[in-house]
Amino acid sequence: MKLDPAIRDQVLATVPSLRAFAISLCGNIDRADDLVQETLLRALSHIDSFEPGTNMPAWLFTILRNLFRSEYRKRRREVEDAEGRYAETLKSHPEQTGRVEFEEFRTALAKLPQDQREALILVGASGFSYEDAASICGCAVGTIKSRVNRARTRLADLLAIDSVDDFGPDRATRAVLAGGGRS
Amino acid sequence: MGDWEKADQMKNRRTNLETVPPDTDRPDSDKPEAAHPMGRPSTPHKEARLGREVQARIGQQLRAMYDEVVNQGVPPHIADLIRRLSDQD
Repeated sequence: MKLDPAIRDQVLATVPSLRAFAISLCGNIDRADDLVQETLLRALSHIDSFEPGTNMPAWLFTILRNLFRSEYRKRRREVEDAEGRYAETLKSHPEQTGRVEFEEFRTALAKLPQDQREALILVGASGFSYEDAASICGCAVGTIKSRVNRARTRLADLLAIDSVDDFGPDRATRAVLAGGGRS
Repeated sequence: MGDWEKADQMKNRRTNLETVPPDTDRPDSDKPEAAHPMGRPSTPHKEARLGREVQARIGQQLRAMYDEVVNQGVPPHIADLIRRLSDQD
């Protein structure tokens, strides 16, 4: 039986966001694309278990996350390495924000625990509801809310030094401030 | 891209970080140097403002980073894979 074109289009429409999420999990574009391919193979071979009319993105994200958790995350060292390198995996120069600031943001994001970063990205970037994010992560809605809040608080703390910069001190001064705060 | 254009529809997704209560007292601005509309000194409000500004930037940068990948659309090899899988018996 051939795949319903409408279903196929829904899958296709989800791919860009699915890749972005995969990169945020893997910290590596090549592995992320492997993960996306595995996800699509798994999903399309079990397409009968997708209920038409339900949330295709949430379904695909759930499969991808489960695959990542069961296969990729076992390689603990690699994942830790990936988290450390996460900031380097994307090259972007958004118009509204400074490049340095953007780099610092990605570095800060890479410092978050996996659970928190995942929740923050699902809700804040992928655009899922807290309910869908909870369903994707297999946890309670309250857990997602708590993870998102902790992620935001932690990021704000990590980025607080940047705000000092906004009010005057130059980079050299900020480096001293950062160094002083850490010792 | 051709008929894969529907991939773009994910770009129109909403985001849920914007549930932070809007600050109705002052214009929507990310610029810390923006003068307080009431002309009051900024120092007493600095901490609260910093929190809001940082949160706004977190949301903005998170989406900018994510959209960098989303805007790449569907890579050809993945489009081929889906086409192949959806045509087989």
